[in-house]
Amino acid sequence: MSSETLAAGAGTPARREPRHGWRLFAIWFVLSLAACLVIWFVWYPHLPPGRMSDSASGQQFDIAVLAITGAPVLIGVVLYFSYAIVVWRARPGDDSDGPAIQGNIRVQAAWIILTAATVLWAFVFGTVELVVPAGAGGGEGPSPIWKLAGTQSSTWTPGTNTMLQVQVIGQQWVWTYRYPQFGGFESTQLYLPVDTPVEFHVTSLDVIHEFWAYQLGVKADANPQVDNVAYTTPKQLGSVTVRCNELCGIWHGAMYNFGHVVSQSAFQSWASGVQAKEQADGLLAALPPYALHYDPTVIPQLGSNLVKVVGVTGAAGYYYNPGNPVTP
Amino acid sequence: MAIEIQPERAEPTGRGPEAVPARPWWLRPGAHTGLIGAIAGYFLGHWLGNFLGGGYARSGLADTNDVAIVLGYAFAVVGWLAGLGVFNDLFAAMAGRPWPDEDRLIGREDPGLAKYFRYTLDHKVVGIQYLYGMIAYFLTGGLFAMAIRSELLSPSYHLIGPEQYLMVVGEHSTMMMMMMSSVILGPFGQYFGPLMIGAKRVAFPRLEALGFWLTPAAYIILLSAVLMGGFPTGWTGYEPLGTQATQGEDAYYFAFGLMGISMILAGFNMIVTVINYRAPGMRWSRLPMFVWSMFSVSFLQVLSVPVLVGACFMALADRTFQTSFFTNQLGGSSYLWEDLFWFFGHPEVYILALPGFGVVAEMIAVFCRKPLFAYKVSVAGMLGVGILSFFVWQHHLFDSGINPDMRPLFMLTTELISIPTGFIFLVAMGTFWKAKITFSIPMLFALFFYFNFLIGGLSGVFLSDVPADVTEHGSFFVMAHFHYTIMGGLIFAFFGGIYYWLPKMTGIKLNHTLGLIHAWTMFIFFNSTFLPLFAAGLMGMPRRVFEYARNLQPINDWVSISAFLLGGSMLIFVINFVMSMTFWRERELGNPWRARSLEWQLSTPPPPENFKRVPVILSSPYDYGVKDALPVADLNPPPGVIGAAYAPAGGVLE
Amino acid sequence: MSVPARAAALVVAFLCVVGLGIFVVVYYIGSATTQLPIVHYTASGGQVNVALQEDPQNDSATRPDWVTYYTQDPTTKQWLHTTLFSVPANTKVNVTIYGYDGCTPLRNNYWSQVQGTLGGTVTVQQYNKDNKPLGGPATESVINSWADCNVAHTFAIPAIGLFVPVASPNANNSVNNLCGSSPCTPTSGGAYAAETFSFMSPSHTGTYRWQCLIPCGGGFVDGNGGPMQTLGWMMGEMDVVSS
Repeated sequence: MSSETLAAGAGTPARREPRHGWRLFAIWFVLSLAACLVIWFVWYPHLPPGRMSDSASGQQFDIAVLAITGAPVLIGVVLYFSYAIVVWRARPGDDSDGPAIQGNIRVQAAWIILTAATVLWAFVFGTVELVVPAGAGGGEGPSPIWKLAGTQSSTWTPGTNTMLQVQVIGQQWVWTYRYPQFGGFESTQLYLPVDTPVEFHVTSLDVIHEFWAYQLGVKADANPQVDNVAYTTPKQLGSVTVRCNELCGIWHGAMYNFGHVVSQSAFQSWASGVQAKEQADGLLAALPPYALHYDPTVIPQLGSNLVKVVGVTGAAGYYYNPGNPVTP
Repeated sequence: MAIEIQPERAEPTGRGPEAVPARPWWLRPGAHTGLIGAIAGYFLGHWLGNFLGGGYARSGLADTNDVAIVLGYAFAVVGWLAGLGVFNDLFAAMAGRPWPDEDRLIGREDPGLAKYFRYTLDHKVVGIQYLYGMIAYFLTGGLFAMAIRSELLSPSYHLIGPEQYLMVVGEHSTMMMMMMSSVILGPFGQYFGPLMIGAKRVAFPRLEALGFWLTPAAYIILLSAVLMGGFPTGWTGYEPLGTQATQGEDAYYFAFGLMGISMILAGFNMIVTVINYRAPGMRWSRLPMFVWSMFSVSFLQVLSVPVLVGACFMALADRTFQTSFFTNQLGGSSYLWEDLFWFFGHPEVYILALPGFGVVAEMIAVFCRKPLFAYKVSVAGMLGVGILSFFVWQHHLFDSGINPDMRPLFMLTTELISIPTGFIFLVAMGTFWKAKITFSIPMLFALFFYFNFLIGGLSGVFLSDVPADVTEHGSFFVMAHFHYTIMGGLIFAFFGGIYYWLPKMTGIKLNHTLGLIHAWTMFIFFNSTFLPLFAAGLMGMPRRVFEYARNLQPINDWVSISAFLLGGSMLIFVINFVMSMTFWRERELGNPWRARSLEWQLSTPPPPENFKRVPVILSSPYDYGVKDALPVADLNPPPGVIGAAYAPAGGVLE
Repeated sequence: MSVPARAAALVVAFLCVVGLGIFVVVYYIGSATTQLPIVHYTASGGQVNVALQEDPQNDSATRPDWVTYYTQDPTTKQWLHTTLFSVPANTKVNVTIYGYDGCTPLRNNYWSQVQGTLGGTVTVQQYNKDNKPLGGPATESVINSWADCNVAHTFAIPAIGLFVPVASPNANNSVNNLCGSSPCTPTSGGAYAAETFSFMSPSHTGTYRWQCLIPCGGGFVDGNGGPMQTLGWMMGEMDVVSS
């Protein structure tokens, strides 16, 4: 990359010096072209995280493009150093110094311009790829800017383009999911309908966790008292690995489960079924009302009897003085 | 003070006019009295903490009194320093007694090994103390890494329990990130910084030595977490898990804060020394690249580490007297810790990377026998990386729920930082052009550095791209990235520096054959350990987990075996180092690398006052191949020359 | 220093470092599981009977205030301070949990629902401090910890979808009536609730973690520290071995 021009300041002797610059450029060009072709045609379709959702496909594309941008750089530098250590070794017994080349303005300028251009290209590409697919599956915080197109509705039915809202609750050390459009039922299982825009609301009940649905290309921190929104659209049926990605205590490594992307009608019947069961059980009434985040130390359902009997709720762990205004 | 104005004082014995016989070694303050002070301080602090905090609800319910532990550590550190004699000069001055004389400051200590176990003010002694300390800390952290890789051999069979695994992960990562920030600034920066600029001493020798003696305290405190069941937060100390954790977490916050203080002192001293103590003729445009890297690193340390010290203090306040800085329900925020920590944490990783740039830049000029290509661009690269490192920290927090429009901004700044980083490669590649390369062991390490840092740096571009980062964040991809840049960069440069500079520091060179074996095995096994981890991360393996998907077991087994072999190559280094220094002792008293820089023009080891007369710098240390180049310095300038060098404009020498 | 002196110093330093390292490894990093006993349950008649209890305090010297589980050894009928047990694969496991601790509201009331047991229910029998049953046994699929004082802890094995709230002596029964010295027994003078349920052990052998989902680590933020994060107290491992 840096090797096109060189003649100034070298002070080369009269014997025929091979044109190192052109040699290097030629070898670099061929290798980079080959590498880029291999990356694009052979590697790209198999790159992680796969194509199960539009975020995942987008990320797969981004990784491929970044690899194509980076491969020529890698090849160029490694090639140059390999060439240098072979061609420019000190001959045995030669103790003299090399040519006193202090710098070369054209090489330096070319380098700075090329690196700046590559970096700005990467920035523009990254921004476009972030904005267009609605945040690329990453958590956007409580006020997301880049949202998927889908109608907001308090109920979800298959066939309409309604956004499905799924709340992901991280607690030490299990994931649970609430579906506000189905009465706010809670479940340890994650089911998602295919070809539906999904809006994840990720929150935590205690420490910082991170919801990583690998095949869906979704990752969002679960912070206590914070609602972190992420978007994706599942495109293929299958199973999704959900792992906790932020160290949350001793069982962080074991805090995972498997979600499923199913057809829209199968999802509809599953969700309605669970809603009905929890209604009948009385569990739905026992859950706190659906909210974007929860403070487990404040439990309005607790009557004064319970408080009188046992004093402060254990949900705060008795770490802070019971006299503080938050703990009942 | 840097110039010998009283020649009659320049004697090798005694301590001035009223010379008293030296007291026996066990009566003079040193590490042994420091240890006694530390133990006494710990018990005093622990008692005080029980007295103050024993009544807290937390102490009663949780059977853990963090106040006692933190006060115990604090008093132990004070006791340690007092026992070492750090405060003696201060109290002497406060009591109006005469200030200790010049000889102590310029290091006319008694010969022998005892001075390495005392609060010695000679920067060369501090450098050697740092060297041994850093090697010990590095090997300890490495042993913890071996334990991690043993556990990760199987996704389901567990060698150690989940608590112990998190303890081991936390100890390994904190030991490395905390201690290795001074791994080059300490041994080589303190030793060779003043030598390279022609100074007879550093600006603040007491602060410098204090900075060293805080490191064993931080090391022991961090290891004491093992006795308390470890800490579950890893080196990032995220809240509120940090407040929730049991006692071992106090050790982590305290040790990190303490090491932070050491870093601030070391950086501060280096900045003032480089600005004020350069010899006449050592213009900024002639400053060796290693000194430039020390200079920029010191600014990073002085500006970013106080944020960490403050954050650790707040975390300890949350843990001891129940403030709620980081508890969301009571008005605090878990984001506060993340931002404070990463505001420090990103410059921290550049504190780790920049010294490596400096060391290899020195070495390639010598072993290519050419001037450093585009010197000014190299300096711009160092300073640019340093400045930009303050503007990128949110890239650790892309998915955490920060304001979404911040993400393109921080993506831009993070991408921009690869421009000055690229200058390092421009300089290296230009220096290699038509050079005359010798493949000494330091040069091998420099080449390995450039290869590793290239991979590390390019993987950083993948991480800075926010959409790609959604899959890569928090996974083993990040792990591979930072091991390539920090271990593949800094640690390779550290070992290269040892092979390069040990002959000057001690007069002994390390065995060549073992050195070659060490270099090649370290490179091969390092790459075979960390290259597959990029794939493991992309295939969905998060960090700090002890259970992972079954299909990732082959990769993990390959990586674990490579890691054990990498540990073996470290063992080869340890054997080489120990045997060369203790038994073989192959002498090397001259300038084996025929280097031009100033430290190589001195005797081996350098005299206690570095230079008998302040040198006058005549040319750049990188003037290889320049016809009729002047020697780098005149070590015996005729009298009156110094005065002339300070003459106003029109003055002569350069 | 002379060569023999240097050699001697080196050997001593080497032995110290290696010795210290081995000590640390074996004593501290060696898993808590190797220091904790594992209670082995064997099948009889195609079923295993597991007995656990949870206490409001424990009998250790350093942390007497931590809540903890105890596991009963099937042969000696002794209550061991451990949370590691093993059951054979693909077997019906009948669990009895004695709840001696007082009630605490769940952090997430979803865990009031019984999941993963055979029949989807648990059966609870309350006893007063004189070991007399109060009322008859009640079979529940949801024990709402926010409606009344009746849940002390939970027992959950997330990998097999087993989540069970563990009943406590109810509100009236528990005032000043809780067991005061551990390990508690029915005749030691504390009110308690005995809860029984069954589940099928999985067919895959391996180690399955189990935990409590109530914040019962008193004195820790969110209640999830201390005993909640220490093996042998409020969390443990179920080893499934081939039968």
